[in-house]
Amino acid sequence: MSVWRDVIGQEKAVATLERAVRDPASMTHAWLFTGPPGSGRSVAARAFAAALLCPQGGCGECRECRTALDATHADVDVIATEGLSIKVEQARDLVALAAHRPSVGRYRVLIVEDADRLTERAADALLKALEEPTPRTVWMLCAPSVEDVIITIRSRSRHVRLRTPSVEAVADLLVRRDGVDHPMALYAARAAQSHVGMARRLARDEHARIRRHDVVAMATKIVTVGEAVDAAADLVTIAQEESAAASGERDAAEKARLLEILGADPSARTQPPHIRSQVSALEKDQKARATRFTRDVLDRSLVDLLSVYRDALVLRTGAGSALVNEDSRQVVTRVAEVLTAEQLLLAMDAVGTARERIDANVAPLLALEAMALGLRLPR
Amino acid sequence: MAPMTEDLVAVAHGVPPYVLVSGPESVLAERGLAEVLDRLRVAEPGLEVIRLYAGTYEGGELVLHTSPSLFGGAKCVVVHDVDEASDELQADLLACITDPPEPDLTLVVLHKSGQRGKRVLDALRGARARVVDAPAIKTDRDKTDFAAHEFRRARRKATPEAVHALVEAVGKDVRELAAACQQLVDDTTGVIDENTVLTYHGGKVEATGFRVADAALSGDTAEALRLLRHAIGVGVDPVPIVAVLAQQVRQLIRVGSAGRGRSADIARDVGMAPWQVDRARRALAGWNGETLAVCLQALAAADAEVKGGGRDPVYAVERVVLTITRQHARHREG
Repeated sequence: MSVWRDVIGQEKAVATLERAVRDPASMTHAWLFTGPPGSGRSVAARAFAAALLCPQGGCGECRECRTALDATHADVDVIATEGLSIKVEQARDLVALAAHRPSVGRYRVLIVEDADRLTERAADALLKALEEPTPRTVWMLCAPSVEDVIITIRSRSRHVRLRTPSVEAVADLLVRRDGVDHPMALYAARAAQSHVGMARRLARDEHARIRRHDVVAMATKIVTVGEAVDAAADLVTIAQEESAAASGERDAAEKARLLEILGADPSARTQPPHIRSQVSALEKDQKARATRFTRDVLDRSLVDLLSVYRDALVLRTGAGSALVNEDSRQVVTRVAEVLTAEQLLLAMDAVGTARERIDANVAPLLALEAMALGLRLPR
Repeated sequence: MAPMTEDLVAVAHGVPPYVLVSGPESVLAERGLAEVLDRLRVAEPGLEVIRLYAGTYEGGELVLHTSPSLFGGAKCVVVHDVDEASDELQADLLACITDPPEPDLTLVVLHKSGQRGKRVLDALRGARARVVDAPAIKTDRDKTDFAAHEFRRARRKATPEAVHALVEAVGKDVRELAAACQQLVDDTTGVIDENTVLTYHGGKVEATGFRVADAALSGDTAEALRLLRHAIGVGVDPVPIVAVLAQQVRQLIRVGSAGRGRSADIARDVGMAPWQVDRARRALAGWNGETLAVCLQALAAADAEVKGGGRDPVYAVERVVLTITRQHARHREG
């Protein structure tokens, strides 16, 4: 057993990190992990943290290893955001934390999971701490690509590039770690396009499989203008319902807890002004979280939709690569029959544009409608 | 001043000891309040006016102000925003509404809307308070009535066309409308007709995203662009204009693809109000699915541009409006 067992398909990166653990000359104080979503950036960062803190250099069994992997170790802090961005206040807290000596281990490790979501001011606030670190403090930043963090952070950190793991590697991980049976693991890994977290969700949540199936089926159902607009509305409704289901109870619980902490009467119809301001601050955070969640769900649906056109293009051109949607071959074949290669590329473009637009704050419904209109099949 | 009975007080200045100004329209409420104070001042020039606000009220203040003063003299206590009153303020108000009322004291209570403070309102009505209504002025018809009433109040004649033109020009804000009426009354003589209004407010039209959308979807390029420029000129942001345009185009598509049937049924199916369905059906005359699709795609691009994706948001909206009117023309040719 080793701490690296869940870091799959990343032999080169793991070799680099292991050398840094063994050889102090190869170690440095700031690391930037990049790789496509689902390639295991934060898993790699945690494994690295565990290896640094473990007396045996990453046995995967001792207390240090286990707590570091769970991010419960006293000297490992994982910063992730559920909102749209990491704000400068949070970054300043981190800087203060970085100045502390480690309490039990050899290193103090700070893992920033969404370094791409650092606002520009927040990133600026980190620069000094990254450049002139306290001895024995190690920063680990995770981002999809080096272009997602500002250049001054990029130049202050050592870059570790992760690849998309192979479908087989992801399936093996699901079988080994989550106890999923092999055919299901293979389907999930393929459908999630090697996104580990997504594959796990698909393998274990029937709801997610049904939703993915519906989205894939959408590709052959849009013919008229009205159907396109309806399909877009469906996508948004699904995303919003999922977001509401995920956050509704939690939001209410958080609010009740806040009122309890403040000593306010939860049944009062209006709260005094100082409590109101706290409640509205919480509600603002929750709203940002819901927006992010809805956007993430939509983006996932769009990636699924994109895979249909990709598969159709594979069939159309006879490239012979494996299909992502092997289970929905009928849909893919139909799309490949009706659309020419050029039209398939245009359709993929339409999906890509919608993703970019939603990211740029365009009303999701409008962006999806424009996309769905571009995906209409000829009669 | 010698104590007087309630009836005598009422005779002296025509104001009962309790007044309730009820309704959300702030212009009317302020006017009602000013009228009460003016009348009181006629009888008592040294009237002391105390204003209390629900937001900053602290318990006991009302008792402090309503208890008789050592030096006598008439007082008027005005309590604002009772619709937001704390329980303390409500309790103090209820204690203050007594029978018989305190001499030399007039209590004016302002209540916008809602259920809060209902007990106070009931107590005031029970104590035979005068109720001044300040109903909301929302629709164009309300505004026309309001403006006509303004002129009647000033004993001036205004033609219906003039009133209509005035509401078109400055009808967005009731306060502005009231000020415009006052200006016309003060600065002109004789009958106020359409030309008089045009002299003062010529060429000005309240432009909102909705009116831009209406003009654009009816294919009237010149009018749409004029309204758009105007809307931007008076400070409407391009973002909501694009949102409204998109909403209207979407409604046309949904109603268009819903087919025939009673508008009430379709309204239920597509989640719109029946009048919206009827209006969309009328507007659909100049459109087909293909042209509407082009519009919606152009709007999505424009939305990205007005939200920071393009250099010039105003240009982006203008271009999309032109795209829409051009698509309308295309349908006519085809």
